[in-house]
Amino acid sequence: MLLDFDLDMQINALEYFEQGALPKHRHKVAVIEPAARYTFGEIDAFARNCAAAILAHDVPLNAPIAVLLPKSAATIVADLGIVYCGNAYANLDLKSPPERLKAILNNLGAALIITAAEHAPLLMRLGVQAERLLMIETAMTERPAYDEARLRARRDRVIDTDPLCIIHTSGSTGTPKGVALNHRSTIDFMDWVLQRFEFDGSEIVGSLSPFYFDIYTLELYLCLAKGATLVIIPEQLAAFPVKLLEFLEAESVSFIFWVPTVMVNIANQQLLPKFSLRALRRVFFAGEVFPTKALNEWRRRLPQAQFVNLYGPIEISVDCTYFILDREMADDEKLPIGFACRNTDILILNDRDQAAEGAEHGELCVRGSSIALGYWNDPQRTARAFVQNPLNPHYPEWIYRTGDIVYRNERGEIMIVGRKDFQIKHMGYRIELGEIEHAALRIPGIENVCAVYQAEKKIITLYFESGRELSDAQLREQLAAFLPKYMLPTRFHRLGQLPRNPNGKIDRNLLATRDA
Amino acid sequence: MLEPKLQKIADLLQGIRPEFDFSNGANFIATGMLDSFDMITLVDTLDKTYGISIDGEDIVPEHFGGLSAIAALLGRYGVRP
Repeated sequence: MLLDFDLDMQINALEYFEQGALPKHRHKVAVIEPAARYTFGEIDAFARNCAAAILAHDVPLNAPIAVLLPKSAATIVADLGIVYCGNAYANLDLKSPPERLKAILNNLGAALIITAAEHAPLLMRLGVQAERLLMIETAMTERPAYDEARLRARRDRVIDTDPLCIIHTSGSTGTPKGVALNHRSTIDFMDWVLQRFEFDGSEIVGSLSPFYFDIYTLELYLCLAKGATLVIIPEQLAAFPVKLLEFLEAESVSFIFWVPTVMVNIANQQLLPKFSLRALRRVFFAGEVFPTKALNEWRRRLPQAQFVNLYGPIEISVDCTYFILDREMADDEKLPIGFACRNTDILILNDRDQAAEGAEHGELCVRGSSIALGYWNDPQRTARAFVQNPLNPHYPEWIYRTGDIVYRNERGEIMIVGRKDFQIKHMGYRIELGEIEHAALRIPGIENVCAVYQAEKKIITLYFESGRELSDAQLREQLAAFLPKYMLPTRFHRLGQLPRNPNGKIDRNLLATRDA
Repeated sequence: MLEPKLQKIADLLQGIRPEFDFSNGANFIATGMLDSFDMITLVDTLDKTYGISIDGEDIVPEHFGGLSAIAALLGRYGVRP
């Protein structure tokens, strides 16, 4: 034997499954839906059937394929089928307004859309030809309908820098951006998270986030790699904290990765003392700031659980910094986003694009294998956010500029200060206030608008100038044609004239502190 | 015709989800007429309209399934819509 080292570096995200849960836990339950459950073996067979069906459509290698399905095992089957076929999945929000869905589909240029029979009419109304649709029902059958050798041959042409998935996020000009992430970036993050937290596959994952979010990446590949079980929490429970906690207890959920909003509600409403949640051992959260007082309530009530704050925009595979709550924090102490994940470098660049010194404020920029490929079909916006590392004049090296202003505290932990622009986080969703304003200006009769966000109250208020009376109902109805649900303003307020600051611009700060 | 107090609640709901008819007796939660985003807006609207603060333990599907259920909940906060 000449070589005694291992040349089999992982190059495809599917290898987590093929070397993990599939051989080791084939008969274990992989996904639990409200009315059905599926083993890893079933998911695999369905996914290969799906891949064979895709192959029959003659889709070019690495091309994106859209998935328009409710949050379900079927989405996982479709996504894995797409990867088996050497393509990239783009999970879309079934509840998007048709206009927005159409804009996303146009930008993606997806050769194929995987959906279910009941949602096909929606796509047909958007002008999608029937031959571009693939019904997931045909794949979800026990009968193997795939040619293993053909699938293998096709997948062997995929390299680790090829796209794995495309995740959409709000864009300030009104058009969403499709963030393209490759296999390498996903493996880079997953390897770290699986090792750092010693996941062993015994986890029962309580999944609350939509599958078109990046939290899904961690949930999915954790289950595929380790054989953990993913429990889909019914969407309507999110509104009812008591029901949500009852569900966690009934399903013995041991791991959750949630956005803070719902957890803050639960803490503030003093609901935790009524539930033991004994099985819950680990709580990850990301997407927005978790007020320390509410987090302390969780920590007091769940002394057995580990709490971890993760941070990272969609443009980085899942997350790029983390902070394990391993010390006492005062209720008024701000929560750090902590330290860089392995093989990720965080640069804090001041306004002269130099490395910030000491506790100097600067923009958080990310360097490493985990950054995205860019925005799909959008070189302009890609060029603005993914730029040459200003600290490296020697060779091309991209960094991602997050727009988040941060500093390092005396412990070396990274602390968030705010934003450079008008992006907000509302119930975990990333929203450009500009996208809301852009949509509002399309309503006849509206002359001028300003959307502001009050983070503590979680309220988006739309202030507008209009010559005529417009009811909340009229405004919501018209905005709903362009904006997804989570972007609709909570309150509307008509003003004779929007306040201006001395240089004539709309005074956002004044509106933000005003009580509508 | 709805009783005036139920009509007032139906009007508030209409402001949140203009596309639905809230007077036809369907269960708002079971049918998905109100989702988690609407619930946040609804609780905010009720709190603001009536100057109350609805308790977390009261935010359960049973209290928001229909006009009478919402009226009964408001009644417990001393509100006559």
